[in-house]
Amino acid sequence: MSDDHASSTIAAQVRHVEALLESRGLLDAGEVDTRIDEFLAGGTPANGARIVARAWVDPGFAERLLTDANSAVREVGLSMAGGLQEQRLKVVANTEREHNVVVCTLCSCYPIALLGPSPGWYKSEAYRSRVVRDPRGVLAEFGLELPAGTAVAVWDASAESRYMVLPRRPAGTAELAEDDLAALVTRKGLIGTAAV
Amino acid sequence: MSTGTDRFAPGDRVRTRATDPAGHTRLPRYARGAVGVVVERAGRHPLADDRARGVAGDAQPVWHVRFAAADLFGAGDHTVTVELWDDYLTPAEEPR
Repeated sequence: MSDDHASSTIAAQVRHVEALLESRGLLDAGEVDTRIDEFLAGGTPANGARIVARAWVDPGFAERLLTDANSAVREVGLSMAGGLQEQRLKVVANTEREHNVVVCTLCSCYPIALLGPSPGWYKSEAYRSRVVRDPRGVLAEFGLELPAGTAVAVWDASAESRYMVLPRRPAGTAELAEDDLAALVTRKGLIGTAAV
Repeated sequence: MSTGTDRFAPGDRVRTRATDPAGHTRLPRYARGAVGVVVERAGRHPLADDRARGVAGDAQPVWHVRFAAADLFGAGDHTVTVELWDDYLTPAEEPR
């Protein structure tokens, strides 16, 4: 992984630390790459979409998802335990009255296992600093114009939890099967910068 | 996960620390010295400030605390919910 850094200074520093750890027998050669590969393996927004579609067709699952997301996602074969420790997942549901949007103002915390690697804009200074102050303005720039009567809730992943938005089920989808519903859900929808 | 010894419970009004610590902290600058409402407990974890300094600390509650944007920024009709370690908080009613 140290070879992949854009900054050669950081790459050299990381490689130096890796070499020290290897020389002391604390780290096997290649172990960092292996751990990172394992962490990223299978991480895709298709996972989040699958969870959302299940919640749309199964109210009981939706309720469990909103009260204990870690247990609920295991029901569909997914997990937040891919890293060094299982991360707490908090799923927040959009309603007619409230729209949720997720950010990490301190860095770029993100539920990689369910959404895959985060988009560049999510990590950008502009998104992180502006969405907490003016979410309606930022969402409008994403093309999501919320009615004035819809409350906006911003969630800042400042500690150990990771957040995912449960979007509202679009109108006219009553006949769709679960797989077809999942195909409607976008990564932006799972972050809250789009409706679905 | 016992809640019997927790200082706070959902619905409690809490005030965040206003001080700017020398080292790492996870209390965002924009949320310092502000009053919010506890939403729920987000597990228990050692204080991030201690871990960043290599100090082993006991796990303490981490809380989702919801703030009105107007209280944080002086404007805005939205809310911002921030996850905050117990150490960052005092009951809102206590003198600063």
